[in-house]
Amino acid sequence: MADETSTPSAPTSRPEGSGPSSSGPGGRPPGGRPSGPGGGGRKFFRRKKVCKFCVEKIDSIHYRDVRLLQQFVAERGKIVPRRLTGVCTTHQRGLARAIKQARNIALLPFAARF
Amino acid sequence: MQRTYEVMFIVRPDILDEDLDKLIAGLEGNITAGGGSIKSVEKLGRRKLAYTVKKFNDGNYVLLTIHADGSLVGEIERRLRVSEPVIKFISVRMDEEEKRVAKIKAIRATRKKLSAQPAAPPPAAVEPAAAPASTEAATA
Repeated sequence: MADETSTPSAPTSRPEGSGPSSSGPGGRPPGGRPSGPGGGGRKFFRRKKVCKFCVEKIDSIHYRDVRLLQQFVAERGKIVPRRLTGVCTTHQRGLARAIKQARNIALLPFAARF
Repeated sequence: MQRTYEVMFIVRPDILDEDLDKLIAGLEGNITAGGGSIKSVEKLGRRKLAYTVKKFNDGNYVLLTIHADGSLVGEIERRLRVSEPVIKFISVRMDEEEKRVAKIKAIRATRKKLSAQPAAPPPAAVEPAAAPASTEAATA
């Protein structure tokens, strides 16, 4: 009984994670794999992720520019983690703050309506 | 202590333009009377809300940038909470952020000067870069 209830929940949570960025879920398992075989050569070429804010020299992450913030919010309204977007720690912190402020003033959703 | 704040609030969409102007004028009066000053008033216009607020799906956004001290901002917030047409508001302190941005800009400006002044060094910089590379190749 317990197994039956737990198994359906796993597939439902997976597509939700894969929704925001397709490169995300695929990024994790292969990341660990190349180290296993050792010098087997790279099977998956992955572009180096860079922090958008460092590269484009965006100093202030403001809660008002929804366009910018929307790039870092998943479909369901979640803040996309750093490991998927490549944003640096400092900017992710500011970004999270800005997104939360924007949510408070109804510029961004807390959760997408369904 | 005077600080810079941004006060953004949403007014219900079915309000008349004159009433909105009156509301903003009233707030301005409160701010100036309380010892603050107004930097800018921006009407961002009607926008769709990301979620339903008090059964409204649209709202008129208004942004005030003010110089005021904390107690005055508290007072303005109280007024916004009480005033019926305002459905949501947020006040954010901006001066720290502005200071930080100014600092970064200053640093960037000095860096640019350094790179602009010595026009000759670049070839010199290439040589040391090339040298370690050759030593690396030798060790390898």
